[in-house]
Amino acid sequence: MSLETYKPGSYPNLPPPAGTVGVYGWLKNNLFSSVSNSLLTILSVILLYYLIDSIIGWFFFDAVFDADSKIECRKINDGACWAVITRRVGQFVYGFYPEAERWRIDLTFYTMFFAFAPLLYPDLPKRKWLLWFSGIYPIFAFVLINGGFFGLPKIEYSLFGGFMLTVILGVSGIVCSLPIGILLALGRQSKLTVVRTLSVCFIEFMRGVPLITLLFVASSMLNYFMPPGTNFSILVRVIIMFTFFSAAYIAEVIRGGIQAIPKGQYEAADALGLNYWQTTRFITLPQALKISIPGIVNTFIGLYKDTTLVVVIGLLDPLGIGRAALADTKWNGLSTETYLFVALFFFISCFAMSRYSLWLENKLNTENK
Amino acid sequence: MKTKILLAAATAGVMFAGSVLASTLDDVRARGKLNCIINTGLAGFAAPDDKGKWTGFDVDFCRAVAAATLGDADKVNYTTATGKTRFTKLAAGEGEILSRNTTWTFSRDVDLSQTFVGVSYYDGQGFMVPKALGVKSAKGLDGASVCIQTGTTTELNLAEFFAGNGMKYNPVPIETNAEAQELYKAGRCDVYTTDASGLYATMSSFDKPGDHMVLPEIVSKEPLGPVVRHGDDQWADIVAWTLRAMMAGEELNITSSNVKSLAAKDNKNKEINRLLGKDPLQGLSKLGLSADWAVQVISQVGNYEEVFEKNLGMSTPLKIARGANQLYRDGGLFYIPPIK
Repeated sequence: MSLETYKPGSYPNLPPPAGTVGVYGWLKNNLFSSVSNSLLTILSVILLYYLIDSIIGWFFFDAVFDADSKIECRKINDGACWAVITRRVGQFVYGFYPEAERWRIDLTFYTMFFAFAPLLYPDLPKRKWLLWFSGIYPIFAFVLINGGFFGLPKIEYSLFGGFMLTVILGVSGIVCSLPIGILLALGRQSKLTVVRTLSVCFIEFMRGVPLITLLFVASSMLNYFMPPGTNFSILVRVIIMFTFFSAAYIAEVIRGGIQAIPKGQYEAADALGLNYWQTTRFITLPQALKISIPGIVNTFIGLYKDTTLVVVIGLLDPLGIGRAALADTKWNGLSTETYLFVALFFFISCFAMSRYSLWLENKLNTENK
Repeated sequence: MKTKILLAAATAGVMFAGSVLASTLDDVRARGKLNCIINTGLAGFAAPDDKGKWTGFDVDFCRAVAAATLGDADKVNYTTATGKTRFTKLAAGEGEILSRNTTWTFSRDVDLSQTFVGVSYYDGQGFMVPKALGVKSAKGLDGASVCIQTGTTTELNLAEFFAGNGMKYNPVPIETNAEAQELYKAGRCDVYTTDASGLYATMSSFDKPGDHMVLPEIVSKEPLGPVVRHGDDQWADIVAWTLRAMMAGEELNITSSNVKSLAAKDNKNKEINRLLGKDPLQGLSKLGLSADWAVQVISQVGNYEEVFEKNLGMSTPLKIARGANQLYRDGGLFYIPPIK
């Protein structure tokens, strides 16, 4: 006789009991596991229905997308009046940049991706060639946006505005502040007293003064030191202030990264006979920067959003353009629509930055945590 | 090396900052454009239209000066300024005129070294209430909660008015006009107080403006007008007389539509002839303006009445009555010196 045994694998796997898997099982387990849970589920569905119905309705179904004024909007339907955005989308994007010259902004914007791609994605094919383009891009962008060369008409800075202004301020601030921040972080750790003292003073001063104060200095005080008629554009002054301000924060973030590197790393570098710059280039910075990525991106997102502060010195960033639109008697009172639209723009840009930083962290993750 | 040059430039700047290198008019003519400092957005006074063109009462005054000096009202660069930055922008030379609903006060005129060339709009602080409140006069506001912008002269005016009438109020402090609109609409305050023109602008933004009213009491003096820097009297005169030419246009019934025909013929009223360049106006050459300066102003921008009605008047959503802002003969405050 043979003893019946249930060896693993010798019988086919039976499916789980009915009612514990699939849609039904999931519903039963998660939404209707008890009487009180079932009641809560039903209640929530009803609440959500009313909430979403009115919100979606306001946003889309009852909304008016094109009309001549707020009054026209209200005549058509009682939802959101997006006409204030659709009619002024050019202003929100380009400010008062002349319509005939807006292709210059478009071109600068699209080529910006080619300039940044080799810097942001190290595995890009033909990276070396693109890096050359990244190098000359700042000049290229300046010539295109500002004009005055090669027969391009010069555009007054007072016509700059909207998202374009935010991107100009944000991107130049971010790009310029990273190298300065790295230098400041290294300077603060330096053994040379003068370099260290200067770095500490600069960082502490910039961190100790509110950004809004620096902007007022840029807009008002600097003028008093310049001869009358000096055309030192306010845009440049504001970019310098943004750069210095964020460089001070970046410096501290990177210093944190540098200090997190184990002492053994330096000692190993010394033992190998590397000099200061070699140690910095091959040992310190690669590790410090990797550690600091979340902090750096955090600072950049902060800087990017802080560009809206220029509204207090009378530059018309998207928020300023929005307020100006609300001052038009045709659109007066549509603040919800305007501010939501501006918020959406900022959310998209900041979310993209944050996603990129996550991707970079994963890519550089060498699992030695 | 660069630092040295910068330092030298900065020193030179400080040394020359006080002296005027060329007359403002020459600067404007050389540039071919007038730089005008305006509000970042105030309904009826300065706001961009859908095409990005600035319009409004203050903007039209910039255009008038450009028409007088350059012969073309469109040759204006607009620089926007907030309440905090406007005076430094003017002092730093970022504009030749500050046309930004600026109240003429002693300290602004004297202490900040600038010249108020005249009053283009007589404003004053008022009170807005919902009609449902049933109040007909500001004297009946005892115990009301009032939305008030902090850090402004309106705050002081409000306290003085209520104390002077032996009444009490609950202040609801707010930062911006937009915030005030929301609080007032939500019923957080019974009364909103600011300059009357601002109240009308706010009211026009409501879905049912007819449910609200501005009370008859005006509790402060807010004479608004264009401002120029101290030190160039020729320029101050140009700006002042441009404003007066617009008012004279209304007084003499010269409008943008009939100015060309009036300028072409010999009028019985010799003041019209002098204003429009038919008869010589003694001293005009000292201003550096051409004989047809007033024709340019009125034909391209309009006389005071036209500008007022186009931007603020009854045909606009603001529906502001002329009130004090009309000629003395109509019961207003504008009494301009004779053009002779």
